[in-house]
Amino acid sequence: MSEIVKVEHLKKYFPVQKSFLEQLFTRKLSYVKAVDDVTFSIKKGEIFTLAGESGCGKTTTGRIILKLAKPTSGKIYFDGSDVTNLKGEKLRLIRRRMQMIFQDPYASLNPRMKIGDAVGHPLEIHGLAKGEEKKKMVLEVLEKVGLTPPYQFINLYPHQLSGGQRQRVALARSIILKPEFIVADEPVSMIDVSLRTTIIDLMLTLRKELGLTYLFITHDLAVAKYISDRIAIMYLGRIIELGSRATLFLKPMHPYTQALLSAIPVPNPERKRKPVELAGEVPSPINMPSGCRFHPRCPYQKDICRKKEPKLKEIEREHFVECFLYDV
Amino acid sequence: MPLLEVNSLRVDYPTSRGTVHAVENVSFSLEKGKKLGIAGESGSGKSTLGLSLIRLVPHPGIIVGGCIKIDGTDIVKLSNHEIRAIRGKKVAYIFQDPMTSLNPVKRIGTHFVELIRTHEPTTTKEEAFKRTRSMLKNLGILPERINDYPHQFSGGMRQRIMIGLAIALNPALVIADEPTTALDVIVQAKILDLLEDLRKVYGMALILISHDLSILLERCDKIIVMYAGHMMEYANSTELYKNPKHPYTQGLLQSIPNIELEDQKLSAIPGSPPDMHNPPKGCRFWPRCSYATENCHLKEPPLIDVGNDHFVRCFLYGEKGAQQ
Amino acid sequence: MSEPKVKRSILAQLMPWLKSLARKGPSGWMVIAGIIIVLALVIMTAIGPWIAPYNPTATRVGPIRSPPSLQFPMGTNHLGQDMLSRILCGGSIMLQVSALSVVICFLIGVPIGLFSSYVGGKFDSAVSLVIDAIYAFPGLVIAIAIAAMLGPGVINMALSIAVVYIPSYFRVVRSQVLSIKELAYVEAARATGAKWHTILLRYIFPNVIPSIVVVVTINFADAILTAAGLTFIGLGVTYNIPDWGWDLTDGRAYLAAGAWWIILFPGIMIVLLALGFTFIGEGLSELQNPKLQR
Repeated sequence: MSEIVKVEHLKKYFPVQKSFLEQLFTRKLSYVKAVDDVTFSIKKGEIFTLAGESGCGKTTTGRIILKLAKPTSGKIYFDGSDVTNLKGEKLRLIRRRMQMIFQDPYASLNPRMKIGDAVGHPLEIHGLAKGEEKKKMVLEVLEKVGLTPPYQFINLYPHQLSGGQRQRVALARSIILKPEFIVADEPVSMIDVSLRTTIIDLMLTLRKELGLTYLFITHDLAVAKYISDRIAIMYLGRIIELGSRATLFLKPMHPYTQALLSAIPVPNPERKRKPVELAGEVPSPINMPSGCRFHPRCPYQKDICRKKEPKLKEIEREHFVECFLYDV
Repeated sequence: MPLLEVNSLRVDYPTSRGTVHAVENVSFSLEKGKKLGIAGESGSGKSTLGLSLIRLVPHPGIIVGGCIKIDGTDIVKLSNHEIRAIRGKKVAYIFQDPMTSLNPVKRIGTHFVELIRTHEPTTTKEEAFKRTRSMLKNLGILPERINDYPHQFSGGMRQRIMIGLAIALNPALVIADEPTTALDVIVQAKILDLLEDLRKVYGMALILISHDLSILLERCDKIIVMYAGHMMEYANSTELYKNPKHPYTQGLLQSIPNIELEDQKLSAIPGSPPDMHNPPKGCRFWPRCSYATENCHLKEPPLIDVGNDHFVRCFLYGEKGAQQ
Repeated sequence: MSEPKVKRSILAQLMPWLKSLARKGPSGWMVIAGIIIVLALVIMTAIGPWIAPYNPTATRVGPIRSPPSLQFPMGTNHLGQDMLSRILCGGSIMLQVSALSVVICFLIGVPIGLFSSYVGGKFDSAVSLVIDAIYAFPGLVIAIAIAAMLGPGVINMALSIAVVYIPSYFRVVRSQVLSIKELAYVEAARATGAKWHTILLRYIFPNVIPSIVVVVTINFADAILTAAGLTFIGLGVTYNIPDWGWDLTDGRAYLAAGAWWIILFPGIMIVLLALGFTFIGEGLSELQNPKLQR
């Protein structure tokens, strides 16, 4: 079983801006611990989902893996090699193998570039194709993402396309270099509900055709359930539960996961919903609670939860939880 | 007499590229204390519909036809002065974005007190503050925070404050426009639970506008499905879920992932929402409909009564139909 | 006469764009009005030497300081020169100076703004500090100081005005770049491995252009007024060639004597030209920001 991406003890701390007086009088630095000791690996060909509410660190983790942000500490491995400190030409070569799709279809395309130029630009950047050959590859890849007939699209500008079409263009741009790994950051949350399945199914088809591996980042667990092989739930910068699709949804172990799942609206008016029993809100990442960062809101909190931080442990096969309820 | 009665409402937006008929021929009613959901995707006109119910359609939008009767009074015909007495007092609106809907330089308490004393000028300051403190308790906010500023609250709490402001004057109708879009799913659930609890206590009617049909199916009694400015289907939630008649509704229901189902087969509706400057002739949904016939290109289907308080705008259910 | 023909064919190319502007409401009409004014004055200046009734530099073509009459519709100045002829030819220096200063500003201010804000960090803070220092001075004061150092002449005037306006370009470009560089399509370009100059040139710069156009036009307007100001205090054109600024200065001396026409017409021309550019700039700025539209 080969891993295409592995992160070890990844941390990303953002120093908090201090006021002028604070800078003069205090030495204490406070940090926003956006990503706080995250370790996981992604197997070749799987769809691995990082799920959680906003501010949990999932997007930051994705960007770090793609080398769009530098981690404060920790290691990143791509296809076995350590890419944590990669720079220059070596980094550019790795970039050909990993790509990203963004959440906002309206911001992910350069408004001043024609579709054909935008999709073909990666080829230009890496000197892989020019002129007629480049055009052929662009048309091919536009066809693959369902924008047919492709020659009608290459001279259009983004504002002439709908949100769903733009997201397809973004997909086309990301696969033209034939990457092995794609990070998809909330690729459908800004698209109309009736069109989401098209994009998701397209991503699944491309996985089969091109042998892709996906890191899927989302807050929508219903979509996560539909598409993922394995899911990691993040809370305040840490992974608190990780399991396969089958086990995580069937037997959510962490109280936070349970609360999340119970809060998801179900399109069935006859289902009696139980109100969510979770106190308070996500605390500020600057002033994290002591011990287990979830304990103030946890209906099962014990003494130990306030004092010590639990560690991610494998409780049953391929199902990891970070919680003292299971850590005996 | 129903609390709210809308008849053949039409709202237009004149633009430099031509007039957009944002809402066309929408009719429905809402009884006291009941919950109505308005579902729709981008361009459906659901937000415009919501805003027109308190005559806050942004310029250059304008209500060009139909009537909106609240407790018998047609608010379309009221003067600006008269409508201001209704806004906030009889009908309240919760806007989509809690981040920018509160005045950042006013304390939370001031928001409430000003609201109360504007509409009920005989209230004393102490009275108003007392009511505000008890409202904050009902919202789950510590009453001591009455002097805090909006930026000191999180998004979820700000939305609670918005809800509090909406119901402070005990209106008969509250309209919530995508009240949970900017929020995470747990906060979203708690906000909607709060809305429901308060609704039970104060007895107000609720209109929920959302693109998320799951929320509406869970929490509303009746649902209107909007598409490109037209009302495509109107039924009780259970009826809509068990018996969706309009191809658009069916398509929508088949494209929503249901977390309680295993091995769901999802499908999307082909095509994309129309350009509202140039919508399709006839039934606005025909380009994306697998049942479309020649007739659908030419004529707009009427709203057809299919029994059980269920109305569909689709030729599949007959040519003539009882208009509501 | 070749110039009018060239301008007409450019006009023909611009017609569809102008038509779409007209449909955009009062802001669009303002832009069109501005374009018409500027074009009219540019054409007038270009063909001036051919249509002027008298040689604008010839002295004593008429009585000294005579008020507007049928023969001299704008009167004559104290050298007996025909004011109408001088007005028709007088825009040339102003237009050259302001055009040159705009070009210099653009070529210096825009690249510095792009590079500094993209790089960010301490470098950007340092550059911004310097630029802000220049910006803090009143424009005319700096222009005067530099013109005094460099001496008279079209190029020197252009340079002194340019220094004053570089900060405007820098600031506008910087605020645009700061917001654009966080957008997804720039990140996507980075993720694909594009080098920094590619990102700046093909992703950021083209999206900054609309806001620069507005600054260019306002810059033009301001440059014209500053050029007039420099000439007014003797640091601009110093010889008696037809120039609105020169006539403005000249006319001031005779205002007390009752010769109102010598200062009035050049004044109107300067204001008109500055107004034309301002209309274009303000109109474009309103069009770009839909919330400002009336």
